Amino acid sequence: MPRILEFTLNGRTRTDAVADNVLLLDYLREIVGLTGTKTGCDGGECGACTVLVDDKPRLSCLTLAASIAGCRVDTIESLAQEGRLSAVQRGFHEKLGSQCGYCTPGYIMASAGLLRRNRNPSDAEIREALGSNICRCTGYVKIIEAVKHAAALCADGLTP
Amino acid sequence: MNEIVPSHNIGTYVPMVDGPEKVSGRAKYTADLVLPGMLAGRILRSPYSHAEILEVDVSEAAKLPGVRAIVTGADCDKCFGVLPVARTEHVLARERVRYRGEPVAAVAAIDDATAKEALRRIKLKVRELPAYHTAQEALAPNAVTIHERRPHNIERDVLFELGDVEAAFAGADLLREGTYNCAEVCQNQMEMHAAIADYDAVRERMTVHASTQVPYYVHLMLAQILDMDMSRIRVIKPHVGGGFGCRTEALNVELIAALLARKAGGCVRLVVNREETFITHRGRPETDIRLKIGMRKDGRITAVECECIQRGGAHSGYGIVTILYSGSMLYAIYDLDNVKYIGKRVLTNTPPCGAFRGHGTVDVRFAFESLLDEMAAALKLDPFAVRRANLLRAPTFTPNDLMVNSYGLPECLDWVERESGWKARGGKLPRGKGLGMACSHYISGASKPVNWTGEPHATVKLKLDFDGSIVLLTGAAEIGQGSSTVLVQSVAEVLGLDLSRIRIVSGDSEVVPKDNGSYSSRVTFMVGNAAIEAAQNLKAVLVAAAARKLDAKPGEIECLGELYRAGAQDKGLTFNEVVTEALKDTGTITVTGNYSTIPESHGGKKYRGAAIGGTMGYSYSAQVVEVSVDEETGVVTVDKVWVAHDCGKALNRLTVEGQVQGSVWMGMGQAMSEEAAYHDGLMVTANMLDYRVPTIQDSPPIEVGIVESIDPHGPFGAKEAGEGSLAAFLPALTNAIADAIGLRFNNLPVTPDRVFAALEKRARDRKAERVTNGGGRS
Repeated sequence: MPRILEFTLNGRTRTDAVADNVLLLDYLREIVGLTGTKTGCDGGECGACTVLVDDKPRLSCLTLAASIAGCRVDTIESLAQEGRLSAVQRGFHEKLGSQCGYCTPGYIMASAGLLRRNRNPSDAEIREALGSNICRCTGYVKIIEAVKHAAALCADGLTP
Repeated sequence: MNEIVPSHNIGTYVPMVDGPEKVSGRAKYTADLVLPGMLAGRILRSPYSHAEILEVDVSEAAKLPGVRAIVTGADCDKCFGVLPVARTEHVLARERVRYRGEPVAAVAAIDDATAKEALRRIKLKVRELPAYHTAQEALAPNAVTIHERRPHNIERDVLFELGDVEAAFAGADLLREGTYNCAEVCQNQMEMHAAIADYDAVRERMTVHASTQVPYYVHLMLAQILDMDMSRIRVIKPHVGGGFGCRTEALNVELIAALLARKAGGCVRLVVNREETFITHRGRPETDIRLKIGMRKDGRITAVECECIQRGGAHSGYGIVTILYSGSMLYAIYDLDNVKYIGKRVLTNTPPCGAFRGHGTVDVRFAFESLLDEMAAALKLDPFAVRRANLLRAPTFTPNDLMVNSYGLPECLDWVERESGWKARGGKLPRGKGLGMACSHYISGASKPVNWTGEPHATVKLKLDFDGSIVLLTGAAEIGQGSSTVLVQSVAEVLGLDLSRIRIVSGDSEVVPKDNGSYSSRVTFMVGNAAIEAAQNLKAVLVAAAARKLDAKPGEIECLGELYRAGAQDKGLTFNEVVTEALKDTGTITVTGNYSTIPESHGGKKYRGAAIGGTMGYSYSAQVVEVSVDEETGVVTVDKVWVAHDCGKALNRLTVEGQVQGSVWMGMGQAMSEEAAYHDGLMVTANMLDYRVPTIQDSPPIEVGIVESIDPHGPFGAKEAGEGSLAAFLPALTNAIADAIGLRFNNLPVTPDRVFAALEKRARDRKAERVTNGGGRS
C-alpha cells in the first residue's frame, strides 16, 4: 500500500507516495534518481549505501523508506556547496581515499557523519566509525589519511 | 629574463583525473544508467552441480503478462571463452549443467517482480550425474568426463625441465620439500556485475554497456554469441567498480543481456546480486603445491621441483594460461639454473576460476618463499642473505627465455631491511611477536596478446581542435587503477602542458581505438608508451607550425608547453596561436601513437606454452610483515607492513602507493581470512560476511618504499605497480608467524581456528612427550 511520505532530502522537503515495502536505497536510486548512493551487497554487509539520517550514518539498504518520515536525509549529492567539494570529498580526492569509487559515497557519508560530531577524530575513532564499510581497492591506509586531511580542512573552515 | 618553463607532472603526487566525479556521486556505473523502456533481466541458475538437461520448460513463464523475452540454451549454440583455444562455454547451459549456479535460462520483463515470478515458473528437468567438487575427485580413474574434449578432466598438463634437476639436487647441501594448499579466493570487487543491452531492431545494431575490464573482448564475444557482424556492435564501458581480474573475460552477464535484448527487440538491464557475482566467479583456483628446493650452505639454490594442481572449475576460462604462469613465473625473480615443473589444471563441478590479480604467480610464490624461509633457518642464514645469494643480474634472459632488463629487487631488499629495523629486530622479538619477509614479482603486460592479430599492442589517438583542447582517445579501461590519469599525465608531460588541457575519452568502441584492455598490468607500459608516441607526433606538428609562423627551422623551436619560441629572446607564440597556425592546412588534427613489444620479450619455445610469462618488464617487491599472535585465541594481528616496490619509475607516486597498498592488503585477505567454501557444490560464502575481507579495523599501516630501476623500454622508465606486491605478503605473514610462535602454516588462509588448533596440538604433543619422558625416568 503506498502511503504519503514527507521528509527532508538534501535540504529540500519532499512529499511522495511510497509503498510500505520500499527500501530507502531503492527509493533514492529508482524513484528520485539519486544514483550516487550505491548497492554493493545483498543487504547490510558492505556500507556502500550509507546515507545520513538526522546526521547519523545509516545503511539505506536496511531502512524502509516509510520509516524516515519527518527525518532529514542527506546523500552524497548534498555535500558539494555551490559546486565546490566538501572537506571530506576533497580529502578522498586529494589523498586517494577513492580508487574505483564504488564504495566511496558510503565512506564519504560515514566520514561526514563522524566529522559532524567529532572535528578531530583519532585513528582509532576513524577506524571505528568506518568499521562497517568495505573497500576492496585501497587497503584503507589512504582512507584514514583522507579523513584526517578532511578534518584539517574543516579546521580551516570548510564544512565536512 | 623569460622564466617560462614547461609543466611537469611525472613523478609527483597527482590525484585521479576522474576523482571529482567519484567523490561527488556523479560517476555513473552501469547499474546507475537509465535508458528509455529498459526491461528488467533475471537469470535462472542450475541448482545441480552436474546434470544432463532433459528439458527446460518455459511455457508457463511465457504466459505471464509482462514477460517480453525468455532465452535458454536453445537460443544460442555458440560458445564463448577468453582463450581462442578453449572456447567451450555456453552462455546458457545446453545439454548439461556443470556447476551449481550455471545460467540455464533468462527472462526480460517489464519489471523485476514480473521477471522474478517468470523464473519461478520455468521448469528444469534433469538427470543428475556424478559431481566432483575437488581436483582429487575429478582426477579419480573412473570419474565421468565433465567436458568431452578433455579426457580425465585435465584442462592442461604442463611438464618442463630445464637444466638437470636430479644432478643439481645431488649437489645440494640441504634438500627440503613442502606441501602447500591455498584456498580458492574471489575478487569480490565492490560493484556487482551489470550490463545494459540495447538492441536497435530497425538498424540491427547492438549496444552493450558493461562493467568490464576489456571492452574489446566483450565486443568479440558478443559478435560470436549473437552471430552478428562486429561492425554492428558497440560496447560502452561506464565507470567500473573494480575488477581485479574477474572482468578480463567477457562474462555471461553481458552476453545474456544481449541475447535477451535482441529477442525482446529492446533494451534490457541485467544487474546480478552479490551472490551471483560470487558465483560468476573467475577467481583464483584452489591450489595444491608440492615444492622441493636444493640449497648450498651459502644459500644458493641449486634446483627447484614444483608440482602444482589447480581446481579450475567447470569451464576453461583462462585456465591454461594460469597453470602456465605458475610454472614460468618460478623464473625472473631469482637466478635459477635447474627447474622442473609439473602443472595440472583440473576441471571440476564448481564455478569457473579465472585471472585474479597476480594471475598464476601468487600461490606458487607463497610456497617458494615459505620454503626459502624454512631452509634459511635450517642453514642458520638470514632470510635476506638467502635472497641475496640468488639475485639475477640484469640485463639477462632466464633459462626459459624471459627477458629481464631492469631489476630493482636488491634495492627493494635493502629498503625493507632498513626501514623495518630488521638487523636489530629480526628473530629477536619477544614470544608472540614476529617479523617475516618475502619477495615477489609480476609482469608489465603479457608481451603477446591473447588475440594475436599483428596489430600494434596499443594505439592512442589525440585530437586537437580550434579550442586548443586535446582529447585523448583510448580503449584502455579505467577501472579504478588510475589508467586514465597516467595516460593524461604522459601526454601532458611530453607537451609540457598542464593536465587541465587534456581530456580523456575511454571505453566507447564507437569513438576510441581498440585496446587489449586492463589486465596483466599492461596499461601503463603498453598504452603509456603509445600515449607518449602520440604526444610526440602532436608536438612535431605544433613545432612545425610554430616554425612556419616564426619563420624559423623546426629544430630551432623551443616548446615550453604554453609557449613556443625560436630563441630565448623571442616573444614567441602562445599555445593557442600555434594551434591556430597548425589547423590552417588540415583543420582538426588527429595523431596516432602506437606501441609494439619487441620479439625478444615474447618468451621462448623451449616447451609448449613457454611464451606465457614473457613481458617487456618485471616489477619486483620485497616485504617485511610484523605480527602479534595471541596464543590464547589464535588471533593474528598484523601490526605493520613495510613494502618496497620496483615500478621502474613512479609516474604518479600517489597512485603507485595506492596500488601497492591495495595489493598488499588483498594479499592479506587471501592469507588470513578469505576462502570460497562449498557445500555439495554450492558456494556457501557468497556474501560479504561469510567471505571475510579484512575491515579497516583489521588492517595495518602499510609503509611503501618506491624503488625506481628505470626500465629501458618503459614509458619514462616505468613498469607495473598494481600486482607485483600482492604475492609477497602471504609468505611474509606465515614467516612472521613462524618467527612469533615457532609454528609454520602451509595452508591458507591462516584463520584463528587454524592457529588455535596448531597451538593446541603442539601443547598436547609436548605434554605427551613430557609424560613419555617422565615415565621413562620413574
